[in-house]
Amino acid sequence: MKNRFFAGMAPVAALSLSLFASSALADITIGVTISSTGPGAALGIPLKNSVELWPTEVGGEKLKVIVLDDAGDPSIATTNARRFVNDDKVDVMVGSALTPASIAVAGVAAESSTPHLGCSPVPPNISKGKWTFIMPQDAGLIAKNLFAKMKADGVKTVGYIGFSDSYGDLWMGQFKAIGEQYGLKVIADERYARPDTSVSGQVLKLVAARPDAVFVGASGTGAALPQIGLRERGFTGKIYQTHGAVTFDFLRIAGKAADNTIFASGPAMAPEALPDTAETKAEGMAYVTAYEKKFGPGTRTQFGPHINDAMAILKKAIPIALKKAKPGTPEFRAALRDAIETGGPFAASQGVFNFKADDHLGLDDRAVVLFTAKNGKFEITK
Amino acid sequence: MIATFLIQDGVTNGAIYALLGLALVLLFSVTRVIFIPQGEFVAYGALTLALLDGGKVPATISLLVCFGAIAFLFDLWSMRRGTDARTFLRSLALNLVLPGVIYGITIMLAPLDLPSVAKALLTILIITPMGAYIYRIAYRPLADASVLVLLIASVGVHLAMMGLGLVFFGAEGLRAEPLADDNFSIGSLMVSAQSLCIYGATIAIIVGLYLFFERTLLGKALRATAVNRLGARLVGVRTHLTGVTAFTLAAAIGAVSGVLIGPITTIYYDTGFLIGLKGFVAAIIGGLASFPITAIAAIGVGLVEAFSSFFASSYKEVIVFGLIIPVLIWLSLSHGFHEEE
Repeated sequence: MKNRFFAGMAPVAALSLSLFASSALADITIGVTISSTGPGAALGIPLKNSVELWPTEVGGEKLKVIVLDDAGDPSIATTNARRFVNDDKVDVMVGSALTPASIAVAGVAAESSTPHLGCSPVPPNISKGKWTFIMPQDAGLIAKNLFAKMKADGVKTVGYIGFSDSYGDLWMGQFKAIGEQYGLKVIADERYARPDTSVSGQVLKLVAARPDAVFVGASGTGAALPQIGLRERGFTGKIYQTHGAVTFDFLRIAGKAADNTIFASGPAMAPEALPDTAETKAEGMAYVTAYEKKFGPGTRTQFGPHINDAMAILKKAIPIALKKAKPGTPEFRAALRDAIETGGPFAASQGVFNFKADDHLGLDDRAVVLFTAKNGKFEITK
Repeated sequence: MIATFLIQDGVTNGAIYALLGLALVLLFSVTRVIFIPQGEFVAYGALTLALLDGGKVPATISLLVCFGAIAFLFDLWSMRRGTDARTFLRSLALNLVLPGVIYGITIMLAPLDLPSVAKALLTILIITPMGAYIYRIAYRPLADASVLVLLIASVGVHLAMMGLGLVFFGAEGLRAEPLADDNFSIGSLMVSAQSLCIYGATIAIIVGLYLFFERTLLGKALRATAVNRLGARLVGVRTHLTGVTAFTLAAAIGAVSGVLIGPITTIYYDTGFLIGLKGFVAAIIGGLASFPITAIAAIGVGLVEAFSSFFASSYKEVIVFGLIIPVLIWLSLSHGFHEEE
């Protein structure tokens, strides 16, 4: 009995020893909470994979990275964030992949004065937070570019179909807010859920409303369901998709039905096709090459680059902050926050971040490119 | 015109829900298990078929071998106080040899470009034994527990199977190729061959179940267990055997549903739960006891879903699941209050 107890304790002892050892060596601690299981797994897994591509040291200091899974659940994300702050004394937090979980992390970041790089879009009241910076393109920026394209294509009436959750509401909200400026009128608003087995009812209603174009506010392969349904029911107008739908899985599932669809996207999906003058090209090529070398060709996603971009920012901001204070202290966290806010512009794979005190989104039109799907490939469109 | 489309869509989905509802009623009446993971068999089936379509070896076969091995360990544990050679060999054959053979067959056949019917049959062959193993691992040790304990075990099995699905299939959805690609037009109505397959398979399974319960000894044993478990035991029905049979049937029905639904929509590792819940709504309307009412209710659920997705798409789920409430009120009023067991 006694032997068994000691046998059981040995790995625990070894583990705690190694923890001590690493906390003594590692100088900068980063806490990453990501939804690598649960409903956000399709977004979270590429993020988690991208963490593995992070360097082991920045500015001569070793990095200690702790990755936890929050399953997209805000309460688990809060627990993770508290653990980072109280037990691990992290210098910066990264995550999460879903909006509700990111909001939860932002809350802990604000009360513990820890810099936070969010990897999902968040509502404006959260992105105004002093300690939170947002990596993904905000819906307003994407919508602006897509709506301008629709206007250029001569679209006047739009049929909308989106997820029956906050993602779907987000895009409908953009139509209400700025659609009119681009002369767009929404004449049908339909919703569906990702696990639905059929969208025939919604599609029939959209087709019956005879819009010039259909806008799909959905993400991942879930966005393929109405795309296929619309083409099956003989809808011939243009279909517009958000950056959430830009994945190779989407093309694989939608097949021929995806042809001539317009997508908004971040530049990191196709850095090869960018002109050499683009500020995002170098970082994007480096990331995509490294990612596909490790996880196989054609595995790049829209979401993984946010993790790369967080590191691109930290690589530049950490050396600035190191001049002012030692890692692990509140002074270092404050210095790092200031460095992120004022140290820009940071050229990264999805755009050029230039944060200001009143703008923690930091991106401009350089963070959006438009794609057309043709024969199972994304091609850059003007 | 629109109504005929909606009816067709509703009946197609309803037929799938009917299969799930029937499996749930079958399991509940025989084993008293409210089998939440029924939908997982559908997702596993659809995803396995989609992977076979892509010429890949589906990961479900390794899962099958693991399940078999665990079931074998459970058998060994229960045999630890002595056993005879026959029991041991039977357990060995069922839990280790059978999945091994299926594993071999799949590895051999997967890279060949089989006709789609063969792929569908292979998928059903892979998924079906899982039912037996899941019964052996999760439910047989609890066979005499209360309905509530069995329900909690179901939640656990559901979470475990969904997690395994994420590990084995990944987070992105897959879509299988249809069994038959043709479309027919009857008058103004376009009917796809796939939906005809769905109707045909549903009717065949319902008829098959009827014949099984009415004409075979094993079927009658299942019915006897459903009516009175203790009484069935007293007259010599082996309730473990009926349990295994019920779960194997349920897994087979789940796999068939998966094969049927895989080509008409995108299936994710976690889609099965929602499909299963809709089958569950139908089973509840059937009082978890009546096969014909469940089947009719399932078609009803499909129709309500189709029409609500047309008229009020944001409230679709609310309307579908809201159907349960009046039914529950009616059931509890008409039966009066009685303690569950």
